Amino acid sequence: MPKIKKHFDRFSQLVLPLSVLVLLLIINLFKGADYFKITMINGVLYGNIPNILFGASELVILSIGMTLVTAAARGQDISIGELGAISSAIFVQYVLNASEVTIWTILVGFLISCVAGIVLGAFNGILVSFFNVQPMVATLILFLGGRSIAFIIDGKVSPILANPISNQIGTVIPGIPIQTPIILTAVFIAIFAIILKTTNLRLYVEAVGINPNAARLNGINPKKVIFLTFLIMGVCSAVAGFIAVNKAGRHDSVNLLKFIMMDAILAVALGGNSLAGGKFSITGSIIGAYTIEVLNRTLLRLEVNPEAIKAFKAVFIIILMVIASPVVRAYAAKLLDKMKTISGSMRQTKGLNKAVVSMADSSVQKEE
Amino acid sequence: MQPEVILKMEGICKSFPGVKALDNVDFTLRKGEIHALMGENGAGKSTLIKILTGVYQKDAGQIYLDGKPVYFRSPEDAQNMGIGTVFQEIALCPNLTVAENMFIGRNRGVFVNWKQMNERAAEMLNSLGIPASPNQELSSCSIAVQQMIAIARAVDMDCRILILDEPTSSLDEDETRKLFALMRELKARGVGIVFITHFLDQVYEISDRITVLRNGKLIGEYPTVDLPQIELVAKMMGKALSDVSTIKKHEPSKSDDSVPVFEAIGLASAAGVKPFNFTIHKGEVNGFAGLLGSGRSESVRAIFAADKVTGGEVKINGQRAKIRMPLDAMKQGIGYLPEDRKSEGIIEELSVRDNIILALQVMKGFFKPLSRKQAEEFANQYVRLLDIKTPSLDTPIKSLSGGNQQKAILARWLLTHPQYLILDEPTRGIDVGTKVEIQKLVLKLAAEGMSLTFISSEIDEMLRVCSRMIVMKDREIVGELNGENLTEQNVMQMIAQGGE
Repeated sequence: MPKIKKHFDRFSQLVLPLSVLVLLLIINLFKGADYFKITMINGVLYGNIPNILFGASELVILSIGMTLVTAAARGQDISIGELGAISSAIFVQYVLNASEVTIWTILVGFLISCVAGIVLGAFNGILVSFFNVQPMVATLILFLGGRSIAFIIDGKVSPILANPISNQIGTVIPGIPIQTPIILTAVFIAIFAIILKTTNLRLYVEAVGINPNAARLNGINPKKVIFLTFLIMGVCSAVAGFIAVNKAGRHDSVNLLKFIMMDAILAVALGGNSLAGGKFSITGSIIGAYTIEVLNRTLLRLEVNPEAIKAFKAVFIIILMVIASPVVRAYAAKLLDKMKTISGSMRQTKGLNKAVVSMADSSVQKEE
Repeated sequence: MQPEVILKMEGICKSFPGVKALDNVDFTLRKGEIHALMGENGAGKSTLIKILTGVYQKDAGQIYLDGKPVYFRSPEDAQNMGIGTVFQEIALCPNLTVAENMFIGRNRGVFVNWKQMNERAAEMLNSLGIPASPNQELSSCSIAVQQMIAIARAVDMDCRILILDEPTSSLDEDETRKLFALMRELKARGVGIVFITHFLDQVYEISDRITVLRNGKLIGEYPTVDLPQIELVAKMMGKALSDVSTIKKHEPSKSDDSVPVFEAIGLASAAGVKPFNFTIHKGEVNGFAGLLGSGRSESVRAIFAADKVTGGEVKINGQRAKIRMPLDAMKQGIGYLPEDRKSEGIIEELSVRDNIILALQVMKGFFKPLSRKQAEEFANQYVRLLDIKTPSLDTPIKSLSGGNQQKAILARWLLTHPQYLILDEPTRGIDVGTKVEIQKLVLKLAAEGMSLTFISSEIDEMLRVCSRMIVMKDREIVGELNGENLTEQNVMQMIAQGGE
């Protein structure tokens, strides 16, 4: 019993996004039983699942950065789409100005765009950590001005990225059965897992997000930690911008990663993370990001009118947020307590019908 | 002739989970009287005030206004019955005008007669002698004037009882004098004033009567003229339990020429403590005595660089050292257990394990995380050593009891093996058993060669563990006592009189 309880404690945060994900997948299965079918076309795997993984790559990467910013700064970065647009514009310009596009050109261009992402992240980070500007207000600046900057870098056109390597990054590399953005996302997640394992990032970020005063008195510099999360957010934005622009094949500074911060914040919230900072679960945010992608595709698949999709999504999210709210949770916990005492007294007085009792118990645990 | 009693609180009890905040407390306020409510932190002053103002509901007891029993269900109830409160933090809107602040939220209806409002405000400011004009923006007034405006606002609500909670803590002497003039003016009008402050001199300057609380209990009510300062201090600090007489004080075998573990010369911090000198030797336990606000916490915070250090020099084992932030102090082998466990000690949602290893982990550095196994070993070691009662190492620290939280924070610092450990109120708000355990631990550590500073509001406790006492008053060190001179009587005398 205590072991199960511990198990549940650790994963209770993930119950909500996972159950939503499962629910959405079931809806899709009802719509057509071949939902999970994966076909091989020209040596590459296609199907609903690969499409979801492909479509959500940028969002997943951004939600990782957003999780850290939220946890440490107790606020959100709303300029991530714009950061991605600017850094990818720089990448595109570098590639277009190169005499010959090789894998090295792409790699150097990518690294330059990452540096740009870090510089932009540093701008946000300085405002938030050293000048104590509210994260949303600080990042509002680049949110408003970012696309203009990207547009100017583009030379006021939307340049086309027509080289075979970019095409391969955006779609597939011959001989590899999985689409490249999916692989890149997996690599990014793996790198992040290693960073969390080999540094104290989690401890520092959580300590600062929960109690910056106490963190400071234990030798942690909260300003530096918050600044660092914005730098990481900058890198995440640059990587997401890189994938997005290679997918699209051209740099559209107006629409690239437009309004993606809304989905990223949502992914963080769906992942069971408090938007007021503190303890965080990156796994939760990643599942949240995929869930959002599945939700988008489900609505399309259910043939919801494209104009109405956003409204449907909004309704769905409202329901989710209400279910996840502390008010409902407290109520559920109360209900649970009652059920437990009832099942407990049943066991005591009668001692029969053990099967029923244990069933009740297991349902209680499930709800936990 | 006895002046008319306007407020009588009888047998007030209030419990919070695990603490009895008020135990059968009586309080009486008379017309036209300034009544000081005194007590150290946790004595129950604020709880009593919050019950009187309807913020908390009492568990037992009765409140009488003009002899009639009354019940306050909310702060509005209390306000409507003529009880005005001005808290330490001014609860006004700085960007509104003086007049708006005085009348905000008190209009019935949507429309405001601006002219009439400004006229009335001017009239009141004038009659109370407050140097402000009605259409001036509040933020352009000094803190003292803002404080007075808050009082004027409270008074205008037909208030007969005015509660001033630490109104002078952010005022300078001149401003305080102005505030006192206003208080005397109100007193002459028959308002009963409850005055809470930690400045003893001010109590004697203005109050007519003193009620002393300690640990949620009423110690007594005294006319100010009949209670000398030293007795007041004694009553506030009180006697502690006698069952701890088994503790033996450790007298360090120090020779005066040995190099001190820590030495501060002219140390000053942004928190406003006056530059001070301080030394501590190996295996010594010393204490900072003084009332709340005397600067005892600010001094040790300056040592740890918990507040911005603004001047002075620090030597560790005779070597000059630069301590500009807590991490510097930690690297020099200094540990600091802060006074306010909740806001500066524990990281609430983090596990007991993470809370224990935090300081050690930070000292090791960002890129050298302890393995989970190591962390668990360290945490387990101290959970056993200090007998920390926790369901598991993964339990968030906030769900432990106060005493166990405190032990976990102690464990955090012991794990870093400091040569000098500062404990600011380590026993506050925790049960008696744990208190004794912590005191014993302090002496054991000192016997093993650690230097410690031990601060407590309870003087008995400090006398039990400290071999040297630094006495502070009004943010200044006024003296030092050790050996045979270190007695309760002497400490109190020094606090009351400010040195020889």
